[in-house]
Amino acid sequence: METGLSVLIGLFFAVSVYLMLSRQLVRILLGIAILGNAVNLLIFTSGRLTRAVPPLIPEESYHLLTEAANPLPQALVLTAIVISFSFFAFLLVLAFRAYQELGTDDANEMRVAEPVDEPAPPQGY
Amino acid sequence: MKCALPNPSTNLLPRKDTDRMAGVSLNPELVAQAMNTTPVTPGDWLVIAPSILTILGGTLCLMARKNTDLQPKIGIGFLGLLVLANAALLARVIDRGVLTMVMGNWLPPFGIAFTVDALGAGLSLVASIVAFCAGLYASVSVDGTGRRYGFYPFLLLMMTGVSGAFLTGDIFNLYVWFEVLLISSYGLLVLGNDRAQLDGTVKYGILNLLGTNLFLVATALLYGVFGTLNMADLSQKIAALSGSETGTLSTIAALYLLAFAMKAAAFPVNFWLPASYHTPNIVVSAVFAGLLTKVGVYALIRVFVLIMPAARADLGDLIALLAIATMITGAMGALSQGEVRRSLGYMIITGIGSMLGGIAVGTTLAISGAIFYAVHSIIVMTALYMAAGIMRLMGGSYRLRELGGLYAASPAFAAVFLILGFAVSGLPPFSGFWPKIMLLDAMLSSGRIWVATALLVSSFLTTIAIGRIWIYSFWRGGPEGIADGTAIALMPSDKALSSPALWLSLGILTALVIFIGLQPEWMLQLVSRGASGVVEPMGYLRSVFGGA
Amino acid sequence: MRTIIFRTVAPYLAALMVLFSIFVLLRGHNEPGGGFIGGLIAASALAIYGIACGVAPVRRAIVFHPMSISAFGLFLSALAGLPSLLLHQSYMTSQWVSFPFFDVEVDLSTPMMFDIGVYLVVVGAIASIALALEERESD
Repeated sequence: METGLSVLIGLFFAVSVYLMLSRQLVRILLGIAILGNAVNLLIFTSGRLTRAVPPLIPEESYHLLTEAANPLPQALVLTAIVISFSFFAFLLVLAFRAYQELGTDDANEMRVAEPVDEPAPPQGY
Repeated sequence: MKCALPNPSTNLLPRKDTDRMAGVSLNPELVAQAMNTTPVTPGDWLVIAPSILTILGGTLCLMARKNTDLQPKIGIGFLGLLVLANAALLARVIDRGVLTMVMGNWLPPFGIAFTVDALGAGLSLVASIVAFCAGLYASVSVDGTGRRYGFYPFLLLMMTGVSGAFLTGDIFNLYVWFEVLLISSYGLLVLGNDRAQLDGTVKYGILNLLGTNLFLVATALLYGVFGTLNMADLSQKIAALSGSETGTLSTIAALYLLAFAMKAAAFPVNFWLPASYHTPNIVVSAVFAGLLTKVGVYALIRVFVLIMPAARADLGDLIALLAIATMITGAMGALSQGEVRRSLGYMIITGIGSMLGGIAVGTTLAISGAIFYAVHSIIVMTALYMAAGIMRLMGGSYRLRELGGLYAASPAFAAVFLILGFAVSGLPPFSGFWPKIMLLDAMLSSGRIWVATALLVSSFLTTIAIGRIWIYSFWRGGPEGIADGTAIALMPSDKALSSPALWLSLGILTALVIFIGLQPEWMLQLVSRGASGVVEPMGYLRSVFGGA
Repeated sequence: MRTIIFRTVAPYLAALMVLFSIFVLLRGHNEPGGGFIGGLIAASALAIYGIACGVAPVRRAIVFHPMSISAFGLFLSALAGLPSLLLHQSYMTSQWVSFPFFDVEVDLSTPMMFDIGVYLVVVGAIASIALALEERESD
C-alpha cells in the first residue's frame, strides 16, 4: 500500500513541478495546489498506513485496548491542508488582482518591479 | 458575543479534564508519564508570552481597524510589552538555563513544547526591539489607508510568527510559525495595492510558499523515519544513529538546506528578495530586511547544528560554496543598482552569505559569529531601510541619480547614515566589525580560506556600494545635472520629517549599533552562550526531558 | 444565476446552514465536527446568500466586517489558553466548569471556547475572501 501511494506522490510531484515550470501564473498556482496535496499525501504515508480502528479510548478505560491508527499524521495533514488552502485562496486573489493591474499573467512579462530598462547607477562623481 | 463562562452566582464546580474521562480512577503513575504534574509558575509563562501578547495585540488592532488613531497606540503599546516580555525571558534564560513549557501539560515528545535557549531568546529580543522601532516609524510613514488595510495587525501577527519560530521546540510547530509569519508578510507586502507591489508580491508569495512546502516535505520524511517531531527528541535519536543508517538523513538534510536557504535568500534561490523588497512601504521593507531572512538563518542553525550535526558536517563543503556565491553575488548586486532600496536588498543577501559561512564552519566560535552577525544584521538592515525612507522624504527619490545635497540639509542624519554604512560593511568601531572578526577567525582556524577570502572581498565591495550611496546622496552638492556649488541645500519640506517618532526609531537602532560596537563583551558572552547551547545541547535536552 | 426560485430559497437555506454549522461546531468535542468545518459551512451559507441577493445584504446581515469577526475569533482562541495561568498549569491546558441548568448538567470548557474562536476565524476569513470575489464579479 505504501508503495502504491509513494508512486502516486511521485506522480503528484512530477505534475506539480511540470506545472510550476510554466510561465502562466494560473498554471503555477495549479502546480502549487497539487504540490500541497502531494505533501499532504506524503505526511499521511510517512505515518504508516495500517488497517486499524480510530484511536478512541472507551468510557470505562483509560488507555487504548486494541492497536489503533496513528492520529498524529492526520492532525499534521489537517493543519497543512488548512494552511495550504488559505494560502492558495490568497494567492488566487493576488494573481487575479495582478492580472487586472498588470494586464498579463505571463511571468516573463511581469517586469514592473524590476524594469528591463533600469538605468545603470552613476559611473562617475 | 458571549464568552463561554458561566455566571459566577451559579454553582461552580471546576474539574480537570482528566477526572471526567472515565468511571475508573486514573493511575497517577501513568498520568505522570504523559502529563506535566509539577505546577507551572507565572514566571514560566514568559516562554509563551511573546506569542500570546502579539496575537492579542494584533487581533485588538484588527478589531479597531476603522479607528486609525487608536491602532498605532495599541500596536506600539503591545510591541513595547513584547520587548519587555522578551527582555524578562532572556534574563530568566540567562539566570536559569534553558526553559521549556509544554502546551496543554502534555509532556514531550507527545505534546508541543516551547523550548527557549539563549539563542532563541536573544534573537527574539532583538527582533522585538526592531519591530517596536518599526511600529514607531510607521506611526509617521503609514497613512490612514495603510492602517485601515491593516498595517499594525499584520505587523503584530508577523511578530507572532517570528517570536514563535524563535521560541518553539517542535519542528512541525516551527513550520506553522513560518506560515503565520509568511501570510502576515503577504498582507504587509501588498498593502497599498500598487502595481509594482502586486508584481513583487506574486513572486515573493509563490517562491516562499514553495520554500515552506519543501520544509514540510523534509519534515514529513523526518517524521516517517524517526517518528517524532520534537527537536530535542530528534537530536537524541539522530545522534544515536549508526553510520549505515545516515543515507536517508542526508536526503532530508539536503531538503532542509534547500528550504531554509530559500527562506534565508541564499544564492541560487534568492531571486524573490531583490524582486520584492523594494516595492512596499519603506517601513515594511525595513522590518522584512531585518527579520524574515534571519528567521531562515535561525532555522538553519537550529536544524543543522542542534538536530543533525552529522549532516552539517557532510554538507559543510556545499554550504561553504553557497556562502561564497551568496556573499559575492550579493555584493556585486549591491554595486550594480542605482536605486538605494534595491542596493540595500542585495546587502541583506551578502550578510546572509556571511552567516552561512559561519554555519559551514560549524565550530562554536563560528556559530557564535553567525549568531552575532544575525543580531547585527537585524538591527543595521532595518535601520538602513528606515534611513532610506528619510532620504526619500528629504530628497524626493530613491535613485542615486536624483539624490544629492542631503549633507547640507541635515549633517546629523548624514553622520547617522555613515555610521550605519560603516556597520554594514564591517568597519570598526561599529557592530558589524566584531562578528566579521569572529567569523574570519573561525574560518581561518578551520582552514576554509576561500570562505574567509569571500568574506573580505564582499565586505570590501559592500564598503564601495554603501560609500557610493553616501557620496552621491549626501556628500555631493545636488542631484545630477546641477553643477557643484550652485546647488542650494535641499530643505526638509515634508512635515513628517519633524516628527520625533521617525527620528526616535532610527536613533534607537543607531544607538544600538554604536553601543554593540563599543561594548561588545556582553554580546560576545551572550552569543557564545547561545552557540554552545546548540553545539553541545545537554542543557537543551535536560530542559525538555527533565533530569533524565 | 439570480432566478426567483434561488432568491426566494437562499435566505432560508442560508439560515438553515448557519444553524447546522453551529450544531456541527458544538458536537465537535466528542464527535466528528468542530470549529473549522462548522466555520466552513457557515461561510458557504454567507456565500450562497451573497450569490443570490448581492453582497451588500450579506454585509448588513453580519453587522461586523468579516475581518473583525476573524480577529475576535483569534482573540477568543488565544484567551482560551489563559485560564490555566491561574491554576498553575501550562498554556492551553483545558479547564472545565459544569453547572446544573434546569436539571441539565451543562459542561463548559476552554477547548469549546477555543473551537468557537476557530469557527469565527474561519467564517470571517473565508467570508471576506468570498465576498471580495463576488463583489468584483458583479462590477
